[in-house]
Amino acid sequence: MAFTINVNGKTHTLDVAGDMPLLWALRDKIDLKGTKFGCGVASCGACTVHIDGKVTRSCVTPISSVGAGKVVTIEAIGETPVGQAVQKAWLDVDVMQCGYCQAGQIMAATALINATPAPTDKQIDDAMTGNACRCATYLRIRQAIKTAAGVSTADTREV
Amino acid sequence: MSITTLKTATEDTPELSRRFFLMASAAAGGGLMLAACATPDVTDGAATVAAAPARPVELPIDMNAYVAIGSDGTIRIMAKNPEIGQGIKTMLPMLIAEELDADWSKVRIEQAMADQTRYGNQIAGGSFATPQHWTPHRQVGATARHMLLTAAAAKWSVPVAELTTGPSVVKHAASNRTISYGELAADAAKLPAPEKAVIDGLKLKDARDYRIIGKDVKNWDSPRIVRGEPIFGIDVVVPGMKYAVYEKSPVFGGKVVSADLAAAKAVPGVVDAFIVRQVGTDLMGLLDGVAIVADDWWTAKEARKKLNIVWDEGATASQSTVDYNRQAADLAKKAPQVPNLHNSGDAATALKGAAKTLEASYFYPFLVHAPLEPQNTTAHVKGDGTVEIWSPTQRPDGGLTLVAAAVGVEKSAIKCHMIRCGGGFGRRLSNDYMVEAAAISKQAGNIPVKLLWTREDDMQHNPYRPAGYHNFKAGLDKDNKLVALTNHFVTFGTGDKPGSSAGLPPTEFPAAFIPNTNYGMSVIPFGVPTGPLRAPTSNAVCFVYQSFLDEIAHASAKDPLAFRLELLASASAPAATPGRAGFSPKRMTDCLNSVAERSGWANRSSLPKGTGMGIAFYYCHQGHFAQVARVKVDQSGQWRVTKVWVVGDVGSHLINPTNARNQVEGSVIDGIGEMRQQITIDKGRTVQTNFFDMPLIRMNEAPQIDVHFLITDNSPTGLGEPALPPVLPAVANAIFAATGKRVRNLPITQADLRWA
Repeated sequence: MAFTINVNGKTHTLDVAGDMPLLWALRDKIDLKGTKFGCGVASCGACTVHIDGKVTRSCVTPISSVGAGKVVTIEAIGETPVGQAVQKAWLDVDVMQCGYCQAGQIMAATALINATPAPTDKQIDDAMTGNACRCATYLRIRQAIKTAAGVSTADTREV
Repeated sequence: MSITTLKTATEDTPELSRRFFLMASAAAGGGLMLAACATPDVTDGAATVAAAPARPVELPIDMNAYVAIGSDGTIRIMAKNPEIGQGIKTMLPMLIAEELDADWSKVRIEQAMADQTRYGNQIAGGSFATPQHWTPHRQVGATARHMLLTAAAAKWSVPVAELTTGPSVVKHAASNRTISYGELAADAAKLPAPEKAVIDGLKLKDARDYRIIGKDVKNWDSPRIVRGEPIFGIDVVVPGMKYAVYEKSPVFGGKVVSADLAAAKAVPGVVDAFIVRQVGTDLMGLLDGVAIVADDWWTAKEARKKLNIVWDEGATASQSTVDYNRQAADLAKKAPQVPNLHNSGDAATALKGAAKTLEASYFYPFLVHAPLEPQNTTAHVKGDGTVEIWSPTQRPDGGLTLVAAAVGVEKSAIKCHMIRCGGGFGRRLSNDYMVEAAAISKQAGNIPVKLLWTREDDMQHNPYRPAGYHNFKAGLDKDNKLVALTNHFVTFGTGDKPGSSAGLPPTEFPAAFIPNTNYGMSVIPFGVPTGPLRAPTSNAVCFVYQSFLDEIAHASAKDPLAFRLELLASASAPAATPGRAGFSPKRMTDCLNSVAERSGWANRSSLPKGTGMGIAFYYCHQGHFAQVARVKVDQSGQWRVTKVWVVGDVGSHLINPTNARNQVEGSVIDGIGEMRQQITIDKGRTVQTNFFDMPLIRMNEAPQIDVHFLITDNSPTGLGEPALPPVLPAVANAIFAATGKRVRNLPITQADLRWA
């Protein structure tokens, strides 16, 4: 059946099963490969996109549930000032190892800063714990989020 | 769309390839290029890196492959090894660029094809790349620079000796002339490539003149990653491609009896479904399974539910972790099947005469690699007998061997693109997914297919880090000196041979540092595939040995640091321990003293109850590392590592310091994560399925980390692995310091760490 969804400001009409997750519509039907598949069960965060600005795990989001929601993916996140600042911070801090999870991390971090412009370490933990990095670049992700938010990069957690 | 960003160097930049020409027109470098290489043994990297240091390998290496300079001054440098997140794609070209005296801003890095006739061994494993390429890759750069100097000397009719280079320019001070590399490139290309003797005679830079080595150079692919560009294996698209899934027996090596192929084929969007048969006997090769090919991956995956496959599960179906544990306990009561894996002095007699003895048994479980990008490969076995493959692999050549056998072509008929891997950790040294993709492409009628596994496929079909059981006895003399150590090690394998990565280095520390040692081994027969996980063997053995040494230190009422320093200073210690060649007690002593100072080890008695510090060290992959962990355990037994101090010695240079620190931080956090993980086997199959029952460590669990390197007068060595092993015992020893409870079994989630 046909579904019309809005992705990165463009309208796409897809003839797919209603239970096809948004992730696979993005990757295989709209050819937006930046959103990644990691687990298929919302356990790793690699597939994170925004729908109407909210963090959404696209691997468990049926396309039938998207409706008129505005989907934004990593390919377009740099079009917003916060998204651009997050991308730049990721480069300045040299976060990447393999890089596979980082699209999801950047999407989650951008949503965090949009909602909480000066996040604390606790707020970063709470917002980012759903996004796994198998290379464990967590310290640099933390630093990059603070850099993008323009707050002190000091680690304030109890030692 | 995607493929244009994934093609090889010359295909990728056709406008450049016309202007580019290859600098050294003949492959005169020949065997020189890897003359100082060690041969990696990926089956047991930790043990063998030391066993065969710097074994010369003569390989036909094509120097053309590495450097090309355009008339506009653009310098193209090929990255020869697979990139799995270790940063090699950025780091190896730095070595060439340094001695070429290149302007780094003019360098473009491109990923090489899998082609061992041109590039020599192409592998991501064993932390070998730095020691292997440190000299040869600098010589590549120096040779290119030499040719530019020769061209400039001819152009200006001056002796080469009067010329110098700056960033991408040749200068003649006497006449105040300067010319760019781009302007010289055409002339340099007409020169014959230097003879080996000339290359050997080229003087490499003095380290104080380095402009690139030792500077933070950012990960080359990062700008594309933050934009979500399609650069991973899973992103490959080729024209006419279909999507495939492959269902294998949940019991390792099981055979397909029947499957409802018609039901799967009836699903709209499914193109084909068929049974694929096993080729060979390798559990990490092509095994029996059922393939579904469809117009998109989701459709193919959903159609698996219709297959109703009946399996002949085979003998492994009777195996389980519970039964392995029972067998291990039985074996531990008997004499070891291999009584003298290592024997020095007379440990039995020394134990009888000891003033004090200790006994302890340790266990660590099977582990899975779980790189975040699920296994995948795009393959096209063409009707004309050639094959093209796009694969995220750590060891393409092993995959090509499997593919050649499975689809019936020569390896030379296979073109293989090495695509950036979304993590490796040793998993992609096995190429089962590559051969599956090729077999499916052929059987589907020679169409290109992208095979992609689910996370569950990956969790349940993996060369697991083997579990192991260590049964120790130690003897102290009346002066509390360690005089005897025995270990009956129970592992997995065939006959009396341990499986891949299931061995124990025979001279495991402190074997050569105390007078009486005996290590014996018994082997549980099993049918589960095992293989190297980041810092293979070491990631397990370090935990048990450095934990038990901690127990001995406490039993002898010694500071765990002082006890280790005393062992390292033992008069019986040889200069280089057999089987661990390159291990230096002096370098390790320096690491321990440094980490003690940085962590405030001496002041740890002021910590409140429930907070403790632990120390450990390890030598593997030619790296010396000592670590201190601080752990907080609350009264309910919940624990958190709050800080880890790391001091490492990997030689005279950190080639790319930002990546060096990143690798160490990642290793430490990865190691802590392993302490909460396990894979268990029941009825011959893996129990765990996904990240909710095999948890990955998360942001909130990652401690602060202080990374420090001792710069020493030793050739640089690798960093993908050696920083990982010490963190496990450092954390376990810290938990003991915090609670008085000794962690002898992993995962630690099974331990009761409550205290009052």
